Amino acid sequence: MHPILKLVSQRLALGLLLLLAASALIFVGTQILPGDVAQSILGQSATPEALANLREELGLSEPALSRYFSWLGSAIQGDLGVALTNGQDIATSMGRRLGNTLFLAFWAAVISVPLAIFLGLLAVRYKDRWPDKLISGVTLASISIPEFLIGYVLMYFVGVKLGWAPSVAMINDSMSLGEKLHAIALPVTVLTLVVLAHMMRMTRAAILNVMQSAYIETAELKGLSSFQVIARHAFPNAIAPIVNVVMLNLAYLVVGVVVVEVVFVYPGMGQYLVDHVAKRDVPVVQACGLVFAAVYICLNMVADIVSILANPRLRHPK
Amino acid sequence: MSEPLLKVRGLKIGATVYPPDAKPHKIEIVHGVDFELEKGKVLGLIGESGAGKSTIGLSALGYGRGGVELTGGEVWVNGRDILQGGIGDLRKLRGAEVTYVAQSAAASFNPAKKIMEQVIEAAVSQGKFSKSDAEAKARLLFAKLGLPDTDNIGSRYPHQVSGGQLQRCMTALALCPEPDLVVFDEPTTALDVTTQIDVLAAIKDAIRDTGVAALYITHDLAVVAQVSDDIMVLKMGEMVEYGPVDQIINHPQEEYTQALVSVRSINHEEKAPQEPILRVRNITARYRGTKFDVLHDVSVDISPGQTLAIVGESGSGKSTLARVITGLLPPSGGSIEFVDRTLSPDQPSRSREDLRELQMIYQMADTAMNPRQTVGTIIGRPLEFYFGMKGAEKRKRIAELLEEIEMGDGFIDRYPAELSGGQKQRVCIARALAAKPKLIICDEVTSALDPLVADGILKLLLNLQKREDVAYLFITHDLATVRAIADSIAVMYQGKVVRYGTKSEVLSPPFDDYTDLLLSSVPEMKLGWLENVIATRKMESAGN
Repeated sequence: MHPILKLVSQRLALGLLLLLAASALIFVGTQILPGDVAQSILGQSATPEALANLREELGLSEPALSRYFSWLGSAIQGDLGVALTNGQDIATSMGRRLGNTLFLAFWAAVISVPLAIFLGLLAVRYKDRWPDKLISGVTLASISIPEFLIGYVLMYFVGVKLGWAPSVAMINDSMSLGEKLHAIALPVTVLTLVVLAHMMRMTRAAILNVMQSAYIETAELKGLSSFQVIARHAFPNAIAPIVNVVMLNLAYLVVGVVVVEVVFVYPGMGQYLVDHVAKRDVPVVQACGLVFAAVYICLNMVADIVSILANPRLRHPK
Repeated sequence: MSEPLLKVRGLKIGATVYPPDAKPHKIEIVHGVDFELEKGKVLGLIGESGAGKSTIGLSALGYGRGGVELTGGEVWVNGRDILQGGIGDLRKLRGAEVTYVAQSAAASFNPAKKIMEQVIEAAVSQGKFSKSDAEAKARLLFAKLGLPDTDNIGSRYPHQVSGGQLQRCMTALALCPEPDLVVFDEPTTALDVTTQIDVLAAIKDAIRDTGVAALYITHDLAVVAQVSDDIMVLKMGEMVEYGPVDQIINHPQEEYTQALVSVRSINHEEKAPQEPILRVRNITARYRGTKFDVLHDVSVDISPGQTLAIVGESGSGKSTLARVITGLLPPSGGSIEFVDRTLSPDQPSRSREDLRELQMIYQMADTAMNPRQTVGTIIGRPLEFYFGMKGAEKRKRIAELLEEIEMGDGFIDRYPAELSGGQKQRVCIARALAAKPKLIICDEVTSALDPLVADGILKLLLNLQKREDVAYLFITHDLATVRAIADSIAVMYQGKVVRYGTKSEVLSPPFDDYTDLLLSSVPEMKLGWLENVIATRKMESAGN
């Protein structure tokens, strides 16, 4: 077996194992909260008889382990159960929300990843000169300001004062792509500003690290321009650390957008999760947790696999 | 006479230094050097590290490594003073008119790109050849440099070829754009002697066939004598002697050059073997997770107060043997008997006495010391650990040890970064001695040092041996060192001991094939040595 196939399949198996562990943690986490679903549905004034009846009905009287496996079993088949609060199928209502979140994350990534890498290269090219300092300063400032504040500031100036983009990012299926993009312009900008700094700084650091290598001197002594040296010779060797930080930020774009979605009233996973946490709708919270964990683990697995593939020693063994 | 290809006048080079206890400041490292080089000639630059030879070589490309700056003088290439133009003019020169071959091809090839791509890059991006012409040219050069499978070797990645092959690829990289001048910066220093001789011959042929001029930088006078027309000897950024190769090798005028030529003249009388203190018996070993034995049935003895030299190329298993003896790598078979007992195969289960009596000195003194500890702390540690010394008693012993390594107690509060390479290695020796060992394993302890400094270390080790009656297991790839220090020798090849005995037995004929190859590959300070060896080997292979 090619060593790369072995490594990649190891990563895949490890990812699945991790997901299983995450599902167990999510389940346990929701179990050890005080009170149970029956209690939260019926409220403080429920009679013990009513509670017992409801528990029987919901299957809560069975042992936790068997409930975990039946929950996991149906989750694997795509059945995440029904929401307690409105009786809707969770998979269906979450599917649309997840689509919206991925749509937002996708456009934020399309803008921020190439921009961050380009700015990182630029910062290396003009290391310790004003473009480097300007890029570092601005990105550091943007990461330091809380995202909801950037959101409200943009909403006020760009949305309200200038009227360039809607300050509430409502989208629905009847909108065209252009209309949708216009609607999400502000949240995409906020997300870009938040993730840009991290990726750009890592790109800069990874490439600067590689720039110490002897083969960079070889490239310089071939008479190549600074940018050719950086892009052709340094960047290919800095891919692994860059991909890792890019994937962490992509995961953040899916999992961590809660605040931004709430600020812009965007109909995504974050809104959905916050709504149902407030109502103590445990099956929905569990389902959201599982999906977030899956996204996180998948993206990090992709980062690992890309790092493995980027290594010529593993790709082309002796 | 026509204008020389390269003319250097009053070249001054400066650098910024960052001492640990002072402000960064500028110093001058090359103080006004003059030389010139005609088309098709080879000038050897020779000197110890810090002599400024690489720095001067790189100035022919208008390049300063790290914080190095070309501060004064003129460097004329093809009738232009390249220091007058801007970076744009320099980029047109680099990779087109002047190219560079680095010491470590393994580090100087980009690991993420195929060899061919890198070999032709300069020629193509400088507009000298089209991509297909450059590739054809590269294949011709691969053939000329004696590389195998010239059609396909270019599509491999650097890690897929051997060190010697990669160094030839680097030479092809430098010759591909058909430059007027190539700067060779220690191109064979990192190679084994048996590989070095082939690469050296390939480089010499390539220089002759292409008519390119070359600056050949090395610290090894015997090597430079084989390839150069003229030699310039440098010391501390100043020219010591400059003249035709015959004059420098056979009639050196300056004292410093004479010292360089006569280096390794240590005369060590071989002692007769005695009842051994260390018996290595039938050791077989492999690294965990691998399927191949790296040591096969190795047996050697070491007599008390004597030196056993283990000699062989990289990968022959010399250092692995040291790891087995110290218990860092438990063997899969065989035993190690020390003085009157059998040592436990793994280090953690050895007694403190076992650890004390068997010490080790490493190749890289730099990485073998904690940079944040003073010399006193470093040497004091074994005194505390093995003898429980404290306070004034410990300090007195440290001072004695510093005296023994000829450094004096003024160094007691210094940090490793404030020491020279030779001084660092001396501190490591003192640390090993502090434990009052019966045996010290010396793993390539002089390989990273300049010849004169290495000589000093070897003399010190011999004196200490006489005084302290300590035995050495001396691991090296350098046969000159072996001649200087050994009482007995084991030649290792591919994990086996191929020849073992007293020094006089091992170094006198009849030889086995491998020892013969090894001995005949060591460069000698004689003009025409390289041609003779190559011719002899050709005749032998034709005779077979």
